[in-house]
Amino acid sequence: MKNYVRFEFPSVPENVSFARSCVGAFAAQLDCTLEEIEEIKLVVSEAVSNSIIHGYKNQPHGKVLVMATILDDRIMEIMIEDNGIGIADIKQAMEPSFSSDPSRMGLGFTFMKSFMDELEVVSQPGEGTNIKLKRCFLVKDKEALA
Amino acid sequence: MELELKQIRNTLLVRVKGEMDMLVAEKLRKEIDRRLETKQITNLVINLDKVTFIDSSGLGVIIGRYKKISSLNGKMFIVGASPSVRKILMFSGINKLISMYNNEQDIISI
Repeated sequence: MKNYVRFEFPSVPENVSFARSCVGAFAAQLDCTLEEIEEIKLVVSEAVSNSIIHGYKNQPHGKVLVMATILDDRIMEIMIEDNGIGIADIKQAMEPSFSSDPSRMGLGFTFMKSFMDELEVVSQPGEGTNIKLKRCFLVKDKEALA
Repeated sequence: MELELKQIRNTLLVRVKGEMDMLVAEKLRKEIDRRLETKQITNLVINLDKVTFIDSSGLGVIIGRYKKISSLNGKMFIVGASPSVRKILMFSGINKLISMYNNEQDIISI
């Protein structure tokens, strides 16, 4: 493990922007493009929003834990954990356009799957949810390829 | 987020500035719906020129307003999305439902 950042915050919407900006700024330590940082910010936003909206049903008493780890020069792992109501059917929750809330688009997990290389969801009803995302950035320095 | 709403005849022009996430989604939805429900509006134009970030909460507001204006037999347009915002809009498929233009002048000319 080369470096990591770990922080916890109450489940209020004001912290979604903070969480994605923080992880995005941390990701800038890697050799990644601005576009890739935007994708990292998006998936963090989706996972943290899911914890607040679905895990804690928009109640502010919950806690969300975020940990981002740089495993080497190219790989970043992000973990988002809550102690909310959990997910009964993970397979269904990950289907595109599925949402337990009809006013939402159900794209959160689709974004996570599409913009990250690995997605792991561990959850049980009443046991909270743990999401692990992994992204491998391409080597951009041509000398490194030589 | 800053919000500017302007009615021009039967068109509601909404200029959004900042980040469109779950923090601002509810406010944005309420502000637009209040006008759609009380004014004679048949066209809704959302200007995303100054939107720096959008996630599925922001997309949800857009698609929800599209459904609403469509149910009133109206039309909706998106203008000015930056490349990063446009990428997310296209990824979601919203561009297949709502016409996208580069700026407000493009809509006035159609």
